[in-house]
Amino acid sequence: MGIFQQIAPFLLCGYALWAQPAPQQLLTPEDLAAGERMYRTQCASCHGARGEGGRGATLARPRLVHAPDDQAMFNVIANGIPDTEMPGHWFTDRETRQLVAFVRTLGRVPPQKVTGDAANGQKLYAGKGGCAACHTIGGRGGAIGPDLSEIGASRSLAYLRESLIAPEAAVPDGFLQVQLVTRNGSRITGVRLNEDTFSIQIRDLSGDFRSFFKTELAELNKQPGKSPMPSYTKIFTESELDDVVAYLDSLRGPQ
Amino acid sequence: MKQVIAILAFVALANAQVPYERILKSASQPENWLTYSGSYQATRYSTLDQITRANVHRLKPAWIYQVRAHDKFETSPLVFDGIMYISEPPSDVTALDLRTGRPIWSYRRSIPAVPVCCGQVNRGVAVLDDQVFIGTLDAHLVALDLKTGRVRWDVEVADYRTANSITAAPLAVKDKVIVGIGGAEFGIRGFLDAYDAKTGKRAWRFWTAPGPGEPGNETWSGDSWKTGGAPTWVTGAYDPHENLVYWGTGNPGPDYAGDQRQGDNLYSDCLIALDAGTGKLKWHFQFTPHDVNDIDANEIPVLVDATFRGQPRKLVLFGNRNGFYYILDRLTGEYLLAKQFATQTWAKGLDARGRPIPNPASAPSPEGSKVYPDDDGAANWFSPSYDPQTGLFYQNVREKGAIYYLTEAPYIPGRQFLGASRRSIPGEEPWGAVRALNAMTGERQWEFRLQSPPWSGILSTAGGVVFTGDMEGNFFALDAARGNLLWRLQTGGAIYAGPITYMSEGRQYVAIAAGSALLVFSLDQ
Repeated sequence: MGIFQQIAPFLLCGYALWAQPAPQQLLTPEDLAAGERMYRTQCASCHGARGEGGRGATLARPRLVHAPDDQAMFNVIANGIPDTEMPGHWFTDRETRQLVAFVRTLGRVPPQKVTGDAANGQKLYAGKGGCAACHTIGGRGGAIGPDLSEIGASRSLAYLRESLIAPEAAVPDGFLQVQLVTRNGSRITGVRLNEDTFSIQIRDLSGDFRSFFKTELAELNKQPGKSPMPSYTKIFTESELDDVVAYLDSLRGPQ
Repeated sequence: MKQVIAILAFVALANAQVPYERILKSASQPENWLTYSGSYQATRYSTLDQITRANVHRLKPAWIYQVRAHDKFETSPLVFDGIMYISEPPSDVTALDLRTGRPIWSYRRSIPAVPVCCGQVNRGVAVLDDQVFIGTLDAHLVALDLKTGRVRWDVEVADYRTANSITAAPLAVKDKVIVGIGGAEFGIRGFLDAYDAKTGKRAWRFWTAPGPGEPGNETWSGDSWKTGGAPTWVTGAYDPHENLVYWGTGNPGPDYAGDQRQGDNLYSDCLIALDAGTGKLKWHFQFTPHDVNDIDANEIPVLVDATFRGQPRKLVLFGNRNGFYYILDRLTGEYLLAKQFATQTWAKGLDARGRPIPNPASAPSPEGSKVYPDDDGAANWFSPSYDPQTGLFYQNVREKGAIYYLTEAPYIPGRQFLGASRRSIPGEEPWGAVRALNAMTGERQWEFRLQSPPWSGILSTAGGVVFTGDMEGNFFALDAARGNLLWRLQTGGAIYAGPITYMSEGRQYVAIAAGSALLVFSLDQ
């Protein structure tokens, strides 16, 4: 975890305490345009140009889990969401309201159509795909990759499909791949769990926890943008990919 | 018998008192830590040498004190006469028995909802005669009885509802208590104050954003000085011979929307030298005129008498948040030297008088502008240390940039007044370092890399050991001359504080706040 993530909650909480919305006012087309400008520069890189999702949640939905109403969305923008990649922001109240209004327009986009067979996707996930070796759903599975229990609520169909075809296109924060060479010559690849000035802790590709003092290592290679996950283009057919995407899209956590 | 007891009691009382002369001579009593930075010169260097580079690996915890609050624990303790005095977040004070770490008394203050940028924190107390002083988050200055912690007086320094707050340790000088103010992220008008230590009556105020008719007001467009910031939230230094107080000032407000306050914006981002008796300005040096990157000069001025370019001079050393290390003549404020010590892109360089040549590409823009350092700075409030044995200036350094998008900045009292939104730089993992600079040239002598940009101060000692900490909770000792690791302990909590050292019952101790704990170490026996 970088310093930004550690410091940010303190800084942002401090600022955010005072970022309370004034009563809603009618917003003009100019306000929406201003909201769109802010969205493009500061939100689209994670949430997608049309709110289709990416590193950040899909916003092109009528109902957002963390922002069911405008007040909640105001708070999310101002304060961020703790323990996620969503930071708080230093917008003025008016700017935040403009942004809220624009984000709401994204929700009016017709939802993307699921074409695959989710039930078959579930079988492929558990069987041929071998996905559970690295991913968790409902508390079961591996932990080398992200927990997918609610992935359908936060990622678009396009994003899910892309992550099966090209997993390295968007490696989520907190899953940095590292390659270590110990002083006695062992090579270990894994995902970084934690690191400080003197030590590093990883989960290796068999899912086991490993801890090293840096003095025990001959090499420590951090590989941002790399992922232990293979591309599934050669494992699944096109229609199987659709089925797995449909299954992942159906994962919305406890309903 | 009664007389004997009375006399003993009187002696004990007299011993417990800390007159100005005692703080003045802190170098001759290194067993104590009597003021925020250890001495008026603010070197955070101790002549204690029981703990050395050869034996520091035997350092073990002697006791640990846990605070109740969960905000960042930034205290730098004071120690004398068998007792340690610490502040706890948000604005509490506790006296601890040095032998056991057990509390003797606590002052607990209820804090209203104060607008603050960076946590409900406090960095320490001051002592003078028989009183302990704390500046509070709700912008009061409080004098406590040294023996009981009971309130002697409590005065309002400024209105907290307009986001004035105090987080810095006051500085006690002669018969006065000097205290700085924070709140530039909310458009306060900055100042430095002095109060009569006995009565709490304000002795003087120096406005760091001067009003009409005052020198410097012409460096602010329109009425922008009224919300001009220039806060004073880090404890300064004092030269008793010159009777000058040296204090760093912070960013102008709004932080990033510079068009709203055209001009140099004096005395923001300055080192100011004030007469301790009157608060009159002797000189100022502005490191970052018309700052649009929030690179406060709220750092520790370190006063050193040394030979500079062949001449014995009275100097002030300053590791600035803007990424440059400065040496000024502390009698006149004359610029003598600056050397870049961290990545910076806000300035293309400095001219012959130390004035920066700004890089317009680093100013916040609607499209987003990348700049190093970010608004947390290359340095910040955390203390550097100057070691006269090695001639090195030890500075913790943050290597981190950010992208700033210009936004609106309407002034609403008590609300944030910034003018930009911030994003981290995609794909970059910020890092940090302990850097040892040749104090007379600014050249880097050694570096010890840190996983993350740090928030810990540095202590150097005559034992040849430098102590500091990191954000992942490691407290560690480096060889002062070469920078190699000598000892470390994982404390379990991020370190947002400066270490101190003292002697008690013949043993040297080192103290540091980490996480929610104050840890005290000594050599095992």
